[in-house]
Amino acid sequence: MATERIDVRGVARLARLALSDDEIERYGAQLEDLLKHVDDLKGLDTSDVAATAQVIESRNVTRPDTLVPCLPHETVMAGAPQPQHGFFRVPKIIAEEG
Amino acid sequence: MEPVHASAREIARAVNAREVSAAEIAETMIPHVRAVDEHLGAYLTLTPDLMREHARRVDARIAAGESLPLAGVPAAIKDNMCLAGTRTTCASKILADWVAPYTATAVARLLDAGALPIGKTNMDEFAMGSSGENSALGKTKNPYDLDRVPGGSSAGSAAAVGGFVATISTGSDTGGSIREPAAFCNVVGFKPTYGRVSRYGLIAFASSLDQIGPFARTVEDAALTYDALGGHDPMDATSADVAFETTAGHLRDDLRGVRVGIVREFATSDLAPGVAAAYEAAYADLAKLGAELVEVELPTAKYGLSTYYLIAPAECSSNLARFDGVRYGLRVDGADVGEMYEKTRAAGFGPEVKRRILIGTYALSSGYYDAYYVKAQKARTRIADDFRRAFAKCDVIASPAASSPAFTFNAKSDPYSMYLMDYYTIPVSLAGLPSLSVPCGSAVPDGGTRPMPLGLQLASPLFTERALLGYAHAYERATRHAGKLAPDPHCHPELVEGQR
Repeated sequence: MATERIDVRGVARLARLALSDDEIERYGAQLEDLLKHVDDLKGLDTSDVAATAQVIESRNVTRPDTLVPCLPHETVMAGAPQPQHGFFRVPKIIAEEG
Repeated sequence: MEPVHASAREIARAVNAREVSAAEIAETMIPHVRAVDEHLGAYLTLTPDLMREHARRVDARIAAGESLPLAGVPAAIKDNMCLAGTRTTCASKILADWVAPYTATAVARLLDAGALPIGKTNMDEFAMGSSGENSALGKTKNPYDLDRVPGGSSAGSAAAVGGFVATISTGSDTGGSIREPAAFCNVVGFKPTYGRVSRYGLIAFASSLDQIGPFARTVEDAALTYDALGGHDPMDATSADVAFETTAGHLRDDLRGVRVGIVREFATSDLAPGVAAAYEAAYADLAKLGAELVEVELPTAKYGLSTYYLIAPAECSSNLARFDGVRYGLRVDGADVGEMYEKTRAAGFGPEVKRRILIGTYALSSGYYDAYYVKAQKARTRIADDFRRAFAKCDVIASPAASSPAFTFNAKSDPYSMYLMDYYTIPVSLAGLPSLSVPCGSAVPDGGTRPMPLGLQLASPLFTERALLGYAHAYERATRHAGKLAPDPHCHPELVEGQR
């Protein structure tokens, strides 16, 4: 699998990262190099092993469904790059028809 | 009591006894830190006003009859932990101007215990790196040789304590980010069991591995700081809801009856001769203290790096998706929202962060998920099982904290050679174990002229922090390695002044 060329541009699109041609080339080579290293995991037998997402025992955590104080609206909005009327303003999301 | 070089315990005792006020300590530290940090670069932001405010608060509480475990202790905070009203950057351009709207639980607990915030420390961007060089906002140097790196990712927090511009500090450790810089900077660095310290307000890198812990110049100070930081927090659903054992009053002075595991697969013959000799001497010193050295096997430890470099980037790619230019941080405009996301993230993230986002996105993408991510999670199970088996034969495992002493800037241009620095710490992180690095001597690095510090890593079973810090304390008390090295004279402006 590691010998396969990686579609770095496609991965970057999934990750919402604009990359220059130089970066595609450089990160592509580094990614392939890393995948060669991690290929050693094929030598480790994991056939009867459960996956570990987290090491300490965990169970579902709930709390009473009651209102608790939270940050004031203006405090939250203070860090926004383009706040407007108490909302986060963004460029248009829906493409124009035609 | 002279606050720059005193221990946290000494400072807290003197402040609680009203021999000195927290305000006096703040006024001594503020100009000292400003002068030294020009050379060291440990801090991204200094918070003198906040330090004075907290000093006043501590003095008032003591006047009212309270006794505080960290009364008046100058503390540095890694810049991936929120401190309300203060810039919190993760050493990234994407958060360069972001002011935290709330305070992380660990930081709040530290301050409530009486610590005085000096400022926020430099780090590898988003805690991704092992040298500190991945910071987009500053260059931190090693206090023991300004031409060398401090280690990472908690670069500034380790350098600040090692360079005497903080008495204690907070770090975060995902694969070695507390233990490796602690080893490089001649300080104690302690990563508790995963879940022991709340991650609420810690900007996430890899959520199943990230853990906050202290840096200090002595094991006892690390224990005092840990006691303040730790414990269950309802704000972090992954914080361990188990009884919290304090540690500072329970440290021991010998290792009689303790079985110390030496890992067969971590042969010292893999290390440079001077480094290997120091570790052999450290193991011998453990035996002299009464420990029984036993050989243990960790046959899957060699898969640690591969496992880690799939799991951590996978979690990172998911966690860092939140930096999209909408709600906080940098925004670079685009014609539509997609272009805005892509341009913002391209301009805001540095090379190592981009690299890990790409690795993680690839490992999680359709068609590769089972082969990479699930495989790594299963490998993680095998690694944790190996440690469980090893702990049937021993109480604590000793190993190097890093594969070499601090290297020079730009020495590791290939990403994988940098990843190898964490060879010994990563398997322990994957198993979630409590672990620390304690100074264990020094070695002259390849091409270097002066000896640089080394750290001994000790790791013990889940939730055995009290025992672990006890072993480290016994070793530290018998060897006192940290005091045998002198930091760069620039960390002592009075000495530099004297030379002129």
